Amino acid sequence: MTAASPAVPARKGAALGWLRRLGTPKIIIILVVAGVIGYLALVPLYYLIWGTFFDANGFTLGGFARAYGDPRVGGMIGNSLWFAVGAAVLSLCVGTALAYLNVRTDVPFKGLFFAASIIPLIIPGILYTIAWIFLASPDIGLLNKVIEPIFGPGFLDVFTVWGMVWVEGLHLSPIVFLLMVAAFRSMDPSLEESALMSGASRWQVFRRITVPLTRPAIVAAVLVMVVRSLESFEVPALLGLQNGIYVFTSRIYFVLRSYPPDLAAAGALAVGLLVLAVIGVAISNLVGRSGKTYQTVTGKGFRPRPMELGKWRPVMGGAIVLYFFLTVVGPLLVLLYTSLLKFYQAPSTEAFASMSLDNYRELFHISDATTALRNSLVLGLGSATLVMVLMAVGAWIVVRSRIPGRQLVDHFSFVPLVIPGLVLGLALSFVYLRSPVPIYGTIFILLIAYCTRYMPYGMRYAVTSMHQISAELEESAQVSGASWWQTFRRVLLPLLSPGLLAGWIYILVVSFRELSSSILLYSPGNEVLSILIFEQYENGQFTVLAALGVVMVLTLAVLVIIAYKLGAKVGLRQD
Amino acid sequence: MLRINNLVKTFDGERRRRSSRASAPREARVFAVNDVNFTVENGQLFTLLGPSGCGKTTTLRSIAGLERPDSGTIEVGGRVLFSSSEGKKSVNIPANERGLGMVFQSYAIWPHMSVFDNVAFPLQVKKRGDRVSRKEISERVMRVLDTMELAALADRQATKLSGGQQQRLALARALVIEPPLLLLDEPLSNLDAKLRESLRYELKRVQRELGITSVYVTHDQVEALALSNSIAVMRDGNVVQLGRPREIYENPNCRFVAEFIGTSNFLSGNVVAKDGDRYTVDTADGQLVLDSAAALPIGTDVIVSVRPEAVEVSTTSRAGEVPNEWKGTVLTRAYLGDSLDHVVGLGKHELRTRGNPSTSIEPGTTVYLRMDPAKLVLVPVD
Repeated sequence: MTAASPAVPARKGAALGWLRRLGTPKIIIILVVAGVIGYLALVPLYYLIWGTFFDANGFTLGGFARAYGDPRVGGMIGNSLWFAVGAAVLSLCVGTALAYLNVRTDVPFKGLFFAASIIPLIIPGILYTIAWIFLASPDIGLLNKVIEPIFGPGFLDVFTVWGMVWVEGLHLSPIVFLLMVAAFRSMDPSLEESALMSGASRWQVFRRITVPLTRPAIVAAVLVMVVRSLESFEVPALLGLQNGIYVFTSRIYFVLRSYPPDLAAAGALAVGLLVLAVIGVAISNLVGRSGKTYQTVTGKGFRPRPMELGKWRPVMGGAIVLYFFLTVVGPLLVLLYTSLLKFYQAPSTEAFASMSLDNYRELFHISDATTALRNSLVLGLGSATLVMVLMAVGAWIVVRSRIPGRQLVDHFSFVPLVIPGLVLGLALSFVYLRSPVPIYGTIFILLIAYCTRYMPYGMRYAVTSMHQISAELEESAQVSGASWWQTFRRVLLPLLSPGLLAGWIYILVVSFRELSSSILLYSPGNEVLSILIFEQYENGQFTVLAALGVVMVLTLAVLVIIAYKLGAKVGLRQD
Repeated sequence: MLRINNLVKTFDGERRRRSSRASAPREARVFAVNDVNFTVENGQLFTLLGPSGCGKTTTLRSIAGLERPDSGTIEVGGRVLFSSSEGKKSVNIPANERGLGMVFQSYAIWPHMSVFDNVAFPLQVKKRGDRVSRKEISERVMRVLDTMELAALADRQATKLSGGQQQRLALARALVIEPPLLLLDEPLSNLDAKLRESLRYELKRVQRELGITSVYVTHDQVEALALSNSIAVMRDGNVVQLGRPREIYENPNCRFVAEFIGTSNFLSGNVVAKDGDRYTVDTADGQLVLDSAAALPIGTDVIVSVRPEAVEVSTTSRAGEVPNEWKGTVLTRAYLGDSLDHVVGLGKHELRTRGNPSTSIEPGTTVYLRMDPAKLVLVPVD
């Protein structure tokens, strides 16, 4: 602009320029994506707080008074912590021991570790819990029948806090295993070898070198497991409610199911649970950050010689097989067994004689079953696609752009990670009960819930792959004359696609098993698979439920195998 | 002091894949170390030198007890650490009972301990009977830290040390138990060039002063030549040449050693005459006379190794006065600071020469190359 230009048109020109710049596809796309991420993350929280603290008369603590004034609340909090800490400690001990054996010793059956590590992905928590009811319920548990001659009837009782700890801890142990395998593998083996050369015994090396160096990973794993157990809904709902053992999640569910539902009290409980979860995640992040100073540079990455177990090798091998049977074979077999029966009974010649595929045939005739399968598929595909598309752009904003406040997009996308599923379900029902848009009671509310819950995972997959793509590839496209959108579509997306696909499949798999958000948001006709199983359990239709469960496990197994073929990092890769 | 006999180690992967390795045909096995023998005298620094994958580190780790050889014997100071000899009972003392000192390539400094604790650890984990008092531990740790000039940093967190300090700390930790044998696994390879050179002399000084018998693994020929009393050059699991540094450099026994240690020109030729130790060899670019102790009959195909610094470049001819004068044309030259290289084109080949930077000759100039018969090496064709 030259000095001779008249002042007013100049200002007009500048304004138009601004508009034109704001109107580019780049800006519009970025604003929409950032807006959606912010909306999904923050609005439910806002309404949760609002619905908890405000009623028709303004600010109130009535919900809190009703929720925490109950005389049983002390027991509830005690049970929550007992359950969460117990399950975390059990999963930590089992998972860490397995990881150490797998990475550092010549223990046999290493292939089984691999199979066990993907179990939490293919057996949803609800099926796992029901399988354990079939195994260790005092009345009908198969294990109880087996040991009855020695210990008397009903020796094992899964409907106790210890039973809950056992089931949750076993279900979580493969996750700890994966975390600890990564920790043990990232440790320079010469740190242990040099201690050995210094004359330390294996036990001294483990106690004075291995454990202190993996402590950050151990602490982080414990906290993550505590938070996950606190958020767990399936186990406390199915095992605890029977004997009146309440934890936060089952209490919230109970409060909402009683008539009339006390939304404010449920909100108050949800806020309490949320605070505990945030504290746990915050501490584990803090520990994780301080743990970075221990990261050591490896020399030439010599594969450490696996420690020879000697005479302990068969003992450890036996323990591994036992673990595999407890976590994988037992639950799967009992589901399969039940699915073939006419009515639930202990194994006997008559039971085996009466076996048929009737339950599977019946599945086709239950209209709910096909609807639920379709809903689960539609929701899985829909949420996976939406999340990955949004997060591809979100990751670009976070990693590549220089837009001020881009870190906020990152933070917002991770907010749902600390929101327990049940709390999210409650918060979303607060939002859309009040919303004029008719979403409540449709399948869309479930879609929103899934997109919110799995946004953090999508972001992590997208950001990781974005980091692997050199900025120069993008810059050279720009220099070649491509616009932002052309660069994104023709250079970035193709390069990102393996990572995005991996994330897509992961979300598809986990959304298939979602229960804790759905349980508060579904409406008749909009059931998903996990809800249907929950309903059938409550109606006592064990055999049909088991057949449905087998179908679900098979579907998930196929999905997980596809994910492996595509190179997604789910579970452990044996090299 | 250290005796290694017939050490054999096949690769782990191969071993696991085959159900019984003894029955597998010898040729089918992949050897990491194949029948290695050597002895190290008291107080000597012995170097295993070779390219990556030659088996040098596997040999060292077998001595340390971190790797279990398939067969052979390892003896330190008369004590059998490993023996697979048939008939007698096989011996394999675990690494933590061998009492050797070792410096790892990555130093393996424990990041969760202070400098002092890192060095004290080997003393603290001694068996109950041999354990020393807290006071003595402290004294011994401080003494060795003093030797390594780390005493002032004793309380510092180990990760806060610089690369050179970490290297000295690793050495201090290895030496604190006063081991009979010190094992060094490429201890200088993680340092930058300048520091590497100063620490190389430092290492040599400590080793010579303490008179500690050492086995040193490296792929860096300069390091090997500067530090060692003797060197074993390894290739594909075998020791190809064993000798003092000067022998290895000046009299490589095969093309591999000549190529691996220093740079060399190789001229292939044929022995045409022999008079005692003086050989006459015909090459594509002319005749050479040279001295060699090898007993090769007339007519043998050979390779003549010509070190660049063994070639004198001159613009004037002295033909008739000295043997081995060839005529050529300078193709390129490269100034390297402390030396100057000329690449000289001969009839068929090019010859790299290295000399004092004061002699710099314009490319295109006709020059005369003179090679001292005593500095030419006759290498048998492999």
